This record gives sequence, structure tokens and C-alpha cells, in this order.
Amino acid sequence: MDEKLSRKLRILADAAKYDASCSSSGAPKRKADVGGLGSTVGSGICHAYTPDGRCVSLLKILLTNYCLFDCAYCVNRRSSNVKRAKFSVDEVVTLTVEFYKRNYIEGLFLSSGIIRSPDYTMEQMLLVAKKLRRDHGFRGYIHLKTIPEASPWLIEEAGLWADRLSINLELPTETSLERLAPEKDGASIESAMAQMFERIEEAREERRHFSPAGQTTQMIVGADETTDQDVLRTSAKLYGHYDMKRVYYSAFSPIPDSSAILPLKSPPLMRESRLYQADWLLRYYGFNVDEIASGGEQGMLDLDVDPKLAWALKNRHLFPVDVNRAEREMLLRVPGLGARAVDKIVVARKHTTLRLEDVARLTSGLKRARPFLITADHHPKAKLDRLDLRERLIEKPEQLSMFV
Amino acid sequence: MTLHRITLKCGADLQGFRRAVRWLIAEELAPQHVVFAIDDAPSLFGNEQTGDAPAVTIPKGVAQLIEHVVCHCDPERYALLYGLVWRALNGERDLLEVASDPLVHRIDMMARSVRRDLHKMHAFVRFRRMKGEEVERFAAWFEPEHFILAAAAPFFVDRFRSLDWTILTPLGSIHWNREALSFGLPARREDAPDEDSFEEGWRGYYESVFNPARVNPTAMRAEMPKKYWRNMPETAAIPGLIQTASQRVERMIEQEASMPAKRTPERALEAMFDQDPKSLEELNAIIAKAGPLVPGATQAVFGEGPLHADIMFVGEQPGDQEDLQGRPFVGPAGKLLTKAMGEAGIVREQAYLTNAVKHFKFDQRGHRRIHAKPTAGEVKHYRPWLMKELELVKPKLVVALGATAVLALSGKATPITRSRGRARFGDYEGYITVHPSYLLRLPDEATKREAYEAFLTDLRRIRDLAQADPETGELPLAAE
Ligand code: SF4
Repeated sequence: MDEKLSRKLRILADAAKYDASCSSSGAPKRKADVGGLGSTVGSGICHAYTPDGRCVSLLKILLTNYCLFDCAYCVNRRSSNVKRAKFSVDEVVTLTVEFYKRNYIEGLFLSSGIIRSPDYTMEQMLLVAKKLRRDHGFRGYIHLKTIPEASPWLIEEAGLWADRLSINLELPTETSLERLAPEKDGASIESAMAQMFERIEEAREERRHFSPAGQTTQMIVGADETTDQDVLRTSAKLYGHYDMKRVYYSAFSPIPDSSAILPLKSPPLMRESRLYQADWLLRYYGFNVDEIASGGEQGMLDLDVDPKLAWALKNRHLFPVDVNRAEREMLLRVPGLGARAVDKIVVARKHTTLRLEDVARLTSGLKRARPFLITADHHPKAKLDRLDLRERLIEKPEQLSMFV
Repeated sequence: MTLHRITLKCGADLQGFRRAVRWLIAEELAPQHVVFAIDDAPSLFGNEQTGDAPAVTIPKGVAQLIEHVVCHCDPERYALLYGLVWRALNGERDLLEVASDPLVHRIDMMARSVRRDLHKMHAFVRFRRMKGEEVERFAAWFEPEHFILAAAAPFFVDRFRSLDWTILTPLGSIHWNREALSFGLPARREDAPDEDSFEEGWRGYYESVFNPARVNPTAMRAEMPKKYWRNMPETAAIPGLIQTASQRVERMIEQEASMPAKRTPERALEAMFDQDPKSLEELNAIIAKAGPLVPGATQAVFGEGPLHADIMFVGEQPGDQEDLQGRPFVGPAGKLLTKAMGEAGIVREQAYLTNAVKHFKFDQRGHRRIHAKPTAGEVKHYRPWLMKELELVKPKLVVALGATAVLALSGKATPITRSRGRARFGDYEGYITVHPSYLLRLPDEATKREAYEAFLTDLRRIRDLAQADPETGELPLAAE
């Protein structure tokens, strides 16, 4: 691989890394044709992990980091002094194919700074996808970032080549968007999301290919004053209106050459991981935004304990819950019990009466669950009412892992 | 009772185990009377030979678990699995549902460990191109934890069908020659190429996507345990990345916001949003370049007629004739429309005629190409272009011919029978009537004539509406 290309790759990968989405999931299962290259597997594959614990699944790069826009939170904004580079369409195609053949990646995640015009930029990105699919019979994963300011027919086309499309909302409120991303416009972002949502649904019904892995989005957390509760409200809306497959949260992180209107310090990474946990509760555990927020203070989530535990601590009158008798909905609300553990409990208890050691085999969160659970051989009694319960359940930092 | 000894081959001996299970069940030998041994060579002692026995039916879940767990490296795996089978066949059919049962739990953990190893093999194998060969051939060295080669192979075949590749491991090797899969002897690390010209670039990529502000090696190691690192070229960068992370972050924070080095590119900014096609020619060029959504059409068929025509007619999609000639409304339905327009006093050349969908979609039946109706999603795909076309033509009145045109103009499906007559499409005065091909399809002459008369009535109203005073909306006399 020649050195110039290597250098560009470093610049344009570095510029793309603030996008949190890495997943290669959700595409219909495909295999390589004779003469073609690539396949997809349902839940995607992480081919490596970087020392920040993030998964490397797709070749995530920008076509170029030259940009006419001036979004304050972004390294690539036109007023920043970072090094710039631009790939040719063929260079991106070559990198994707050669990396893919060596089993480094599941496919391509292509985004771009805006050069010349949104349409021109989007057309270049489409050209990459088309070449991969048509000239190389590439059947691996393609995620394209959609430029909401581009003409609607380009969005129509993008869905034909991509497995997943995404537009980053970046800022959870319209006012922040106006202040920090002057060229962007909330209305056109929403209308592009709506267009993609409609087309994805129709194509699914008609069994045609249009972004079969759906759409996702990302919000930056901590670059403005928005509370967790408002962030989650926005997420709930995005899930509800546009059937987002995922909303990614990206803790605002200091960037080289950052803008003067941004906070100097990044929010604790824990805030981001609590938001992911809350997001999970929203989607799979039957919680609503206000319930989740009630576990914290003034619209902010409790950073010391996970949001389900935080909610339970403030609603102790609803506990303890009997593992052998409670409804599934209530079991899902027990701290430390994940949805999978709950499903196993519900099936197992048809055949047997569960004891504490049985539950221990089904979840790794027993320590948190214990004070809230009744089993055949265990009752928390007054422990549940102890004033220091919260303190006793705070996780030690080294045991933390995000459950995303 | 004596202990019964079963010897199985080294590795994942699924066949041998199945055979043994059949025989043991037929002999009604409970697990406590059986020991499983693993051997490379067939045993010298004949007494432990199992005979053929009829098939046994075991629950599906158990059979699936067996397939995974025989790959596990634990020598106890067969004994544990036989214990599971025995219980499932002796009164505990639904045993797997009790996930909390100690044996079920243990076997489940083993299956999970095998699946994880499989997944990690799919993820962490790194191919290197073999040197000095003309055709591209790739080889990789990998060290799996369990006996998973056979289980892992199909994934690589599905993905790299068109490449020649070999995966070498201490437990055996897999070869694919673009046609057939074969398994070979264990190999050594030295048998694989020791470098690849893309590794440098890949390592650079890996280093660049790391964000030093989020350093978290524990999370990394949980998903990418150290034992895999040896065979992954990018991991050489890890110590350096971790070491320098905090310095890099400090530097970023200390650095004051700098002044932009370049001036604001005013002209480029002004031009940036001026991207819309300005003429029908520009728009048509975009449509032509995109190509047909459903493959097959000869060419895109564009609208025809003057800008700012009083009336814009929108049909469904070009037909066979239109597709060949590249002009709208020139086939049988188009001819009928032209005739009716003439009778209603509308000059075809003064109207603008176009279709909702710009490419012919058809089913091939022998030599004939039979019109196939575009789906709602297909109509919507073309809709943004139609909207732009409408904006450029700016007619006084836009006429939807048939349900597809209504869907295209309004974005919603509406039956013609209920909505026929005057309509509103966004900013435009509109009218809804049938598509002329509908008139051609009617079975008997009487209904045909009647329908044609109704169509003519519509066209006359359309003519009058298009002549209405744009200010007052007043129609010429005798119109309503
Ligand atoms: S449009 Fe905004 S967020 Fe996107 S690259 Fe340009 S400056 Fe960054």
C-alpha cells in the first residue's frame, strides 16, 4: 500500500472516529456470488477492539475532511486548522476491497465533509457504493452517512446500495443546533429521516432492497446544556417516529483545535454509558422517560448506580419481588436482572422452584438483585429499607462495563 | 456392573459420539456405567467396540447443543453430554428449559465458549497474501481454543468464495481452492507468510480510530483477550497507544482555541446551496444517470411539452412503444389520449405530458413485454424528480391520469372512483381522471363508449379550468 494512501487513511480515519456507530448488524444474510466478494451475518462482527474498548467492524472513514460547514463540535469544520485530505472514489474502493480480503473488516462506513455542495458530496459517496456493488460484486456491509441537505432523489438512491443509512442529529435540541451548527437545519434533518423511514418500511413490505438494516442516528452529549431527561425524550421521539435502529450517544470529547464556544472539559464518560443503559430500559424494559429520570435528580441520571437500580431505590415500596411468582414485566424492573435472565426464569419456574443459587446461574448481577428479590430460600426483609443500601450497591469503578 | 469404555477420536468426533449414544441407549447403559476416552489412534483392544444400533430421537435443543459442545476442548465433554441425553430420555424431556439446573448450566456455558471461539475466529483471522504467486492466494495462521475448524469453515467459504485461501492452525488446516473445501494436517506458524503489504496501512488505521480521551484497556481486553493478540498485526500498536493517551489528551485541552488560518470561503459558501437543477435538461440528465430502478428498460422517458404549459398531464409509466421511442404517450393509450384531447379542444403540443415513473417495467412473455404495474415504493422513488419537474414546468393545472399519478402527485394512495374531478396537489390546482389505458381495457363496446364520453367530459372541464382567470379563479362561461 503506497505511503501517500496510508497518510490519507490516517487523516481520514482520525476525522471519522467521533462517530460512535460501528455496528455491522441488521443486514439480511448474504453470501458471495461466484466471482463476488463478501457476505453478511445477522448481528455483525467486530474484527478488533481499540484500547478505548470500541469495536472496529467497518472501515470507517471520510471521503474528505474538507468541509464548507462550520459545526462548532466537529474537528472538520471549515474554521479548524487540522490537516486535510481527500480520497478519490477509487482509493476508497481499493481500500475497502483489500482490507476486506484480509478479513480486517465487515465492510465500509462512509461519511464525508461537505465539499462544493451537499449534492456533489453525496454523489461522490454514492459512486463509491455503486462501484463496490457493481464492479466488485461486493456483498459485504455498507453504511452510508446521508447528507440531509442533499436533494431527496440522492437519498432515494443511497438506500439502494447501502445496508444502513444514518443522519446524525448531533444536538438534541433545535436551539443548540442553531447555535453550534449554523449551516444545519433541524427541519431538513427530520424530513430526510422521515423520507428514509417511509422508504425503508415500503421496501420491507415490497421485499425490495432499501437500507434493510434501517437507520440510526447519533447525539453528542455534553456539548450543550441539555439534560439527560431531554436527551432521552428526543431519543424516545426518534424511536417512535422514525423507527431508529439505534440512537448512539457520544460524550463530547475534546478535539484537537477545538472551538472557543465549547466547554473545555468533557463530561464524564459515565454519563454516556448511563444514557445507553437508560436507552435500553426505554426500548426493552418497558420504562418511560419520566420514570427513568425520576431515578436521578433534576433531569440528570445518577452517575453512581445504573438507572434501573436508581429507579428501584426510589421505589422500594414495589419490592421485594418474588422470582417464582412475579409477572415478567415486574421481573424486568428488578435491578441486576437482564431481559435474557428474566426469560430464562420465566421458563424455568414452570418446572422447578428457584433458589438463590439457581438465580445466580442465570445472571451476573445477583449482588444488585439480591435486596430486591424473594426466592424459595431468601427474603431480603429489612435489608431493603436500609438507608445505606445505595452506598452498598455502588459499583467499584474497575468492575464497570457498559452493557451496550 | 462393569464400567463401559467408549473411545472417541481426538477433536470434535460428532459422528463417533452419535454412534456411541445410539448404542449406549439401546443397551440401556446409564451414565455412571460409562467412561469416555479420547484417543488419536483406534484402540488396540477390541472389547470396547460399540455395535450399530437404531437411531434415537432426542429433543432438538439437545441435538443442537451436542453439535457445539463436542467441539469443546474439555475431555469431560462427552460424559457430560451423555448425562444430558440420558436425563432427556428418562423423564426430563424439557430439561433444557431449566436453565438453572447445574448440568444444563455447565453445558450451556461450554456451548457458549465454543460459539465465542467460533465468533472470535471469524473475527480475528488475518489473511496475508502469499508472495511470488500470480493469482492471489491468501493464508492465515490462527490458534483456536476449541476444535472448531470444521464448524468455522463455511463462514469463510461464504465470504471468500472467489479467493484461494488457507487457514493454518496447530489443530489442523483448512483449504479452499474456489471450488472445494479440504482439511489438512496441523501446521506451524512459519508455514504462513510473515507479512502483507496492507498491514502497515491497517495498523495506521487502527491507531487513528483510537480516541485517547476514552482509553479503557479493560473493556478492550474483555472482548479481545490477549491470547489472540499474537496473530493480529494491529495489536503491536496497543502499548504505545495506551502509554501516550493521557499526554495527548492534556495537549488537546491545553491548546487554546486557535484562530482559523484561512479566510472564510464566502464564494464557495454562497454557491454551496445553489445545487438544484435549473432546467428540465439538467433534471433529465440526473434521471438518466441514475438508471432504471427495476432493471430492463431501454432508456428513461422524459416529459415533453413547453415550460409553463397551461396543463401538465401525468400518466403512470412509459409502455413498450414509449420505451423504444423515448417519448411519452406514443403507444396505443397515448394515441387514444391525443385523439380525445383533440376532440376536447386541447392542443397536444401546447400541453406538457409526462409520467410518474420514468422507466418501463415489464414482464417478459416470449417475445412480448407485458406492462407491470409499479409498486407504491417504486412510484415514491421517482416522486422527488416529478415534484422538481412540476416546479420547473409550473403549469396552471396538473392532471393525474389514473391512480399511480395520484399517488405520485399527492404522496398518498387514493382510489380514482372517489376522487375523480377537481383536486389540489400541494401548491397546484389539479384534476383527477382515469388513465387512457383503462378505456382500452374495458371489455364491451357499450361500456367503452360510455367511459370514453365521461373521459371527454373530464378533458373539457380540464380545458376550461386551465383557462380560468388565475386571479379570480373564475371560469369561462358554461364551464361548471
Ligand atoms: S458538516 Fe459539520 S459535522 Fe459534518 S463534517 Fe462538516 S463541520 Fe463536521
